[in-house]
Amino acid sequence: MSDIKPIENYGIHTAKDQPVLVLENITKTFPPAVTALDQVSFGIRKGEVHALCGENGAGKSTLMKVLAGIHQADGGQIFLEGRPVTLAGPMDAKHQGVLLIHQELSLVPEMTVAENIYLGNLPRKWPSRVDTKKLYADADAILKRLKCNFSARDKVSKLSIAKKHMVEIARALVFTPKIVVFDEPTASLTDTEKHVLFEVIRDLKSQGVAIAYISHRMDEIFALSDRITVLRDGNFRGTVDTNNTSEDEITRMMIGRSLEKTRNVAAGTFGEKVLEVKDLSCAGLFQEISFSIRKGEVVGMYGLVGAGRTEIAETLFGLREPTQGEILLDGESVTINSPTEAVRYGLALVPENRKEQGLVLGMSCRDNITLANLAAVTDGGVLKQSKELEIYDKYAEQLAIKSPSWAQRVGNLSGGNQQKVVIGKWLATHPKVLILDEPTRGIDVGSKSEIHKLIRELAKSGYAVLVISSEMPEVLGVSDRILALKDGRINGEFLDSEVTEDDLVKAISFDNASVQRAS
Amino acid sequence: MTSIGTKARHFVLEQPIWIFVVLCVVVFSLSSEHFLDIDNFKNILVQTSTIGLIALGLTFVMINGNIDLSVGAVVALAACLAVDLQTLGIFPAVLIGLASGVLLGALNGLIVWKTGVDAFIVTLGAMIGVRGLVFVYTEEQSFFATDFAYADFGISSVAGIPTLGLIFLAFALLMHCILSYTVHGRNIFAVGGNRQAAIDAGIRVGPHIVINFMLTGFFAALAGITLSTQMGAATPNLGRDFELWAITAVVLGGTKLTGGAGSIVGTFGGVVAIGVLRNGMNLLQVPSFYVLVIMGTILIAVLFIDKQVSRNKEQELKV
Repeated sequence: MSDIKPIENYGIHTAKDQPVLVLENITKTFPPAVTALDQVSFGIRKGEVHALCGENGAGKSTLMKVLAGIHQADGGQIFLEGRPVTLAGPMDAKHQGVLLIHQELSLVPEMTVAENIYLGNLPRKWPSRVDTKKLYADADAILKRLKCNFSARDKVSKLSIAKKHMVEIARALVFTPKIVVFDEPTASLTDTEKHVLFEVIRDLKSQGVAIAYISHRMDEIFALSDRITVLRDGNFRGTVDTNNTSEDEITRMMIGRSLEKTRNVAAGTFGEKVLEVKDLSCAGLFQEISFSIRKGEVVGMYGLVGAGRTEIAETLFGLREPTQGEILLDGESVTINSPTEAVRYGLALVPENRKEQGLVLGMSCRDNITLANLAAVTDGGVLKQSKELEIYDKYAEQLAIKSPSWAQRVGNLSGGNQQKVVIGKWLATHPKVLILDEPTRGIDVGSKSEIHKLIRELAKSGYAVLVISSEMPEVLGVSDRILALKDGRINGEFLDSEVTEDDLVKAISFDNASVQRAS
Repeated sequence: MTSIGTKARHFVLEQPIWIFVVLCVVVFSLSSEHFLDIDNFKNILVQTSTIGLIALGLTFVMINGNIDLSVGAVVALAACLAVDLQTLGIFPAVLIGLASGVLLGALNGLIVWKTGVDAFIVTLGAMIGVRGLVFVYTEEQSFFATDFAYADFGISSVAGIPTLGLIFLAFALLMHCILSYTVHGRNIFAVGGNRQAAIDAGIRVGPHIVINFMLTGFFAALAGITLSTQMGAATPNLGRDFELWAITAVVLGGTKLTGGAGSIVGTFGGVVAIGVLRNGMNLLQVPSFYVLVIMGTILIAVLFIDKQVSRNKEQELKV
């Protein structure tokens, strides 16, 4: 380990530079033929935040599950504080000081915060009663340490997602953690909540706890971490000091090539207005939303979680009833009462949560694509295989869906390809307006730019596209025009060719940012 | 005072079935002069004790996220064993009856745990198979208790309260305490509420499942035995449809079919609701087939109202 240079920027002494955890040649295969991890080796030091990067499927989560005792490695050795250990199960790992904060929250909603914190480890009185007094006192003490403003007696189902994350972290502190593993902790957090989480992480770090941090988000990795380890296809690609590297270098290590930035072609001439929204309001959610989209144009809607973006999309799609305002399609005022009507009017909504709202995971690619427009593939009420295949082939080619065959279960595809199937499903309904809500959430970097390119191409071929996103590079990358949303109002409208990142941040953060009308 | 007020409000929201019970009692008291009578209430208590005992065990299994359809068949098996084997003495016969229930429960639980087959299927198989066993064992004959002490027990009272009713109340209290105050009780909620979370937290899910099926088997057997003491006899058709009534009572009491939520207090309310409804309609001389129609309707109506109430709660939270 002598080749690891001490990190100076936050003054850790040499004694502390001893890695608290070392992984040596960890291999994990899932029969029949998936090698999730292939001889991965690296070390995490005491009091450091060690980021773990890689595309989806690179093996990050598997590695962390091996660490947390959920999976057992097929080969290799884990060393904790210099001693070789086996982590036989989640409880064993916890007792040895390795704690995983789950990506999908692993809480029991109907139980209280304290019961969740001590789940599987409840304090007991004779003969096997729960020591309720101790339970709540101890839990409250931990919550206080984390500066949480909720009670240990609250039911978990009533907490916000951020608070649920705090409960997960609180759970880790029951044990004396040597290493805490965070798996995509910010995926569903707002900016403020994120900062609270970062503070907690830095606090843990200053107490000498080693942190392993998995994330897709470069800005977070660079803001938090001391070192970065990159995995690709289950292989270890290298560990670098955060201070001596750049986003480009990490990206290159992750995908083996550089990403080209798709900055948009100058706003061309668009067709006529396809969708126009006038003073649309929904009490308590958004107010006086007015905008329009032309044929061939991509409009980005940018704002924080909770700014009302998804709700606007849902209202357009007939899932919510507006309290006031007007929706015009091709210049005609329409009332959309249900998704069925929305589809008939030529709207398509690619939802935020593709696994829950967009796909039937157990069905084949072909069946998912024809799902929203079965009328087109039936003959007198009978499904025609040949027509179905025809439609599948058409969109598989147009969208470059990578699937071994049409019969492949959608659940087995990668996130990017799943998203393409959802888009294909909607294109098959021949829409005029395509609304995409967070089109690249949970999709790895490589596929992301592919989806972005696809969105540009779709616009070029004549769709009017609305892209809702909370990621600035995405909005900047795909839009011709950007609407900035704050607290349910449009707080700024910019042409992509003129806007700066600064403008956008101001427009979603401050109430009286200058509202520019760009159209 | 306010804390009592909020507690009461909390109780009503968590246990809407009790409002229904109170409503029924009021309506039946006004419409039948025989309803509001100590003896009638004792009667209801004894009548409900059979389904009630089964429902106690079933509540555990259902909070755990499983179901047990075999309880009706176990009722018949335990009753037949306990009555037929009285030549060995009442006490050993009853013990054998109870043991049969516990064993079958353990078997159900082990199969669910080890094979991963859905509990619905496993216990559906057990329900059919055990009923078959009962017919094999009895050769389609009914048994009559030879020892009069056995039948006397069924109609006995302690301090003016029917013994069978007392047994039910005592076990209800015990099960409530286990569910609310022990580690086992807490873990049942965890397993039913989020199985993966429970596994990740190091809870051994399997043993909890098996214990709950054993408890349900025990209570089904006990219900069969108490029922046979009431009649002084056991028939191979005893306990038919009991699984459905017990599930109805548990669900009326607010236990989720998907697991993770429920309470013995609620189940008790569900059992009482069914008992009061049956008894009241009997007194009003509603034809028995209509009683079934009304009960079915009420089951759906109560759950619909419950859903509306909890939906409102959710919306309040969102705003």
